[in-house]
Amino acid sequence: MGEGLGGAIDSMFNLQTWTSAIHAWLLGLVPEWAAILLECVVVALLIITLYAVFAIALIYMERKVCAFFQCRLGPNRVGKWGLLQVFSDVFKMLQKEIINMRKSDMFLHDLAPFLVVTASMLTFACLPWNKGGHIIDFNVGLFFMIAVSSIGVVGILLAGLGSNSKYPMIGSMRAGAQLISYEISIGITMLTIVALSGTMQISEIVQQQADNGWNIIRGHVPAVIAFLIYLIAGNAECNRGPFDLPEGESELTAGYHTEYSGMHFGYFYLAEYLNLFIAAGIASTIFLGGWAPLHIAGLDGFNGVMDAIPGAVWFIGKTFFVIFLLMWERWTFPRLRIDHILSLEWKYLMPLSLINLLLMALVVVFGLGINV
Amino acid sequence: MEENKEKQIPEAAAEKAAAPAPKPAAEQPAAAAAAAAAAAKPAVAKPAPKPEVPGENEIKPRLVELDKLHDEMQRLRDEEKMDFLELITGVDWGEEGLGCVYNLWSTETGRREYVKAVCPDREEPFIPTVSDLWTIADIYEREVFDFFGVKFLGHKDMRRVFLREDWVGYPLRKDDKPEEQNPLKMENECLSDTTLQYDRAEDGSIQVKENVVFAKDDYMVNIGPQHPSTHGVLHFRVALEGERIKKMDPKLGYIHRGIEKLNESYTYPQTLALTDRMDYLGAMQSRHALCMTIEKAANIEVSDRVQVVRTIMDELQRIDSHILFFSCLCQDMGATTAFLYGFRDREKVLDIFEETCGGRLILNYNMIGGLAADIHPNFQKRVSEFIPYMRKNIREYYDIFINNVIARNRLIGVGKLSLEQVVSGGCTGPSGRASGWHNDVRKRQPYAAYGKVDFKEIVRTEGDSYARLLCRMDEIEESLNIIEQLIDNIPEGAFQTKTKPIIKVPAGKYYSCVEGSRGEFGVYLESTGDKSPYRLHYRSTGLPLVWIMDTACRGELIADMMAINGTLDYVVPDIDR
Repeated sequence: MGEGLGGAIDSMFNLQTWTSAIHAWLLGLVPEWAAILLECVVVALLIITLYAVFAIALIYMERKVCAFFQCRLGPNRVGKWGLLQVFSDVFKMLQKEIINMRKSDMFLHDLAPFLVVTASMLTFACLPWNKGGHIIDFNVGLFFMIAVSSIGVVGILLAGLGSNSKYPMIGSMRAGAQLISYEISIGITMLTIVALSGTMQISEIVQQQADNGWNIIRGHVPAVIAFLIYLIAGNAECNRGPFDLPEGESELTAGYHTEYSGMHFGYFYLAEYLNLFIAAGIASTIFLGGWAPLHIAGLDGFNGVMDAIPGAVWFIGKTFFVIFLLMWERWTFPRLRIDHILSLEWKYLMPLSLINLLLMALVVVFGLGINV
Repeated sequence: MEENKEKQIPEAAAEKAAAPAPKPAAEQPAAAAAAAAAAAKPAVAKPAPKPEVPGENEIKPRLVELDKLHDEMQRLRDEEKMDFLELITGVDWGEEGLGCVYNLWSTETGRREYVKAVCPDREEPFIPTVSDLWTIADIYEREVFDFFGVKFLGHKDMRRVFLREDWVGYPLRKDDKPEEQNPLKMENECLSDTTLQYDRAEDGSIQVKENVVFAKDDYMVNIGPQHPSTHGVLHFRVALEGERIKKMDPKLGYIHRGIEKLNESYTYPQTLALTDRMDYLGAMQSRHALCMTIEKAANIEVSDRVQVVRTIMDELQRIDSHILFFSCLCQDMGATTAFLYGFRDREKVLDIFEETCGGRLILNYNMIGGLAADIHPNFQKRVSEFIPYMRKNIREYYDIFINNVIARNRLIGVGKLSLEQVVSGGCTGPSGRASGWHNDVRKRQPYAAYGKVDFKEIVRTEGDSYARLLCRMDEIEESLNIIEQLIDNIPEGAFQTKTKPIIKVPAGKYYSCVEGSRGEFGVYLESTGDKSPYRLHYRSTGLPLVWIMDTACRGELIADMMAINGTLDYVVPDIDR
């Protein structure tokens, strides 16, 4: 493959060229403010659609993967291989009545699911889908991402408080304690990567990985440790098993969303799956090179073929790989107890990630990283 | 299946029609099948002898006067080492009065002792409590109070336990009319937070004291009646201190069907149908116990073939129950995958049952004098295949759950019960054996074919949830050993002894027990020589287990409650008979 073809592929897959072209074309038709407004609306619609599509795909995947682990078949009646099962579930949920309880705090009770969904949508918008294919991107991108993702905790606490019921109250208190604790580990592991990359801008972090190799290879030992810590903390952050005890169904029926019905419950459900996607998406962005294709030094032909696969496919592929790892974790382990969860974080994960950050700082200072 | 049999054998139907007993409609088919099975089979064994001599399991309780009862019971416990209060049966003896029969069993000597206490006053019956001697008497006496209205002097908590608190009358008294006094109530039942204690003062008068169950400022959480991990319709009121359990109070009776009351109007074959509906994971064993009680009482002999098949079936049922126990525990602990591993294997047992019995959960297999049908031609082959299959798969349980570090952290040291606590609390079965109590009825008082097989009684000493789990896992393997010894040596013979169409048990009191899936299942039968029992009382395997929950859970976290009730493994329909 020649340079020219590689360059052409590169620019064809760079969404920047397409978005600039559309912007220029719109400017020719309408004034600038109208063009930007229009673009914002289109992008927002795009995000919401993608959000719903990914949620549906993830629910289907979860059901099939867990069936695979459990020696079952999973959904197989509605549509070919049960493909329409999730759609029918979504329609069912849309039809359901939203029940308001007399003694609940109506405003907080109704607000909570929207906060949870808003937090996960904002975080979703930070993901770099492709070269030039990121929606929110500025110099403190990772920081922004951590900040908006923690709005979700507020939603969960309000759900517990607003329901005026004991199970949700205990569930949301547990969730609060758990999420705030594990955010520390997540923050520190991200900081480890920031130390390696020297930037917080997400697009820049991915571009570096495209040029110099994936962070998990560049940062070798400390990056692998950070990746493992991230996988554990990320699962906890999504409230998924074995850390799903805020909604631990055996003792608290459904935890903080016990009193929700219809689409209000649906939002929590949606947010749970999208948080899974986001956690995996961040992992693939900061550790596994985001949209950057797999390159092996010295194998030019192989690298050329890899380059021919669009960046979005790489990103989604890596994300689903990480999701599979998280599902594997979820469907294998029993649930932890609240004090075990907190001691795991405060006694093991947090000190370990702090030491790991120090290790990464040493790697960066002495230039021990591997650059492909 | 039962209906078919009825059609095929017209003379059986004719015989049924000839029987004068009025039968409640719901029980017609089962009773017909019993009569049909009894009538249709060729008489190989000799016909049942005249039921005049009472059987070997007759008990003759010693009458103790009321004011000496407490001292006598204390003497029996301390001096004669009667450490196990097996059962308290309330009985309405009509003219004689209301009273109780106490079954005592010594762990050390194996000797049994039966004591009877009667209070002639039907209006205001009082009997001294023994709940300070055995903790299990606490619930047994409340049960007697609930159904017979006998108040126990010195008992700290005289509340109803199965019926609504606003229930009028005492339904198991022979002169009570429950339907008339209790029209359908449309309002909710409010559970009171206080209770009454009756004491006899120096001058002989009765003093009433109010005790507090839950104080006003206790933080209460309701676990149940509809809750995923109470394994049935059971209601715990739990007082919490943060996430720690301060106290819990079980409220039972949400699925109470009055089986013991119903039995008093049924003929003996009819009573069988209800045993499968109590502990649905011990259907074979409960029914075995009832059949055995009636057979021994009425001197009906059963063939060796029946004894061996019953033993195999009991053990298959035990495996079924212990697998389900493992699955449900995993589900409670959040290990959903391990849950389905258990279900995968349980399916094999159910398939074996289905082939021979026609049912998977409600098996209806044992009959008075034998079995409902002979074993299926495939039975031996499939059971022989199942034994190595299960031995292999049980290793997977260890890999995925039992040896998992999270599971171990959640179970080891949680819900510890000492030997004294389980003996005093009457927790039989694997839950008691995990605390070091040798209480296996199969060893202590061999019945059916258990005397002929070689097996170990699994006893551990730790007494925590993990020990209870391991105990049951080891019992699965022991059950496989028992089945392996018997499956190729099922003797030839009749699977049903010919019995009279109407079975009458000679007057007397009888007690027999078997080792059920979760403890000793006993049957107390009192007969007046009629075709229906005068009083039929079951020793529920789950009632002591649900009662010990409070002891086991105090000071533990609310999340541990799931581990504890999962490993105690009670079945609610068995508690609410």
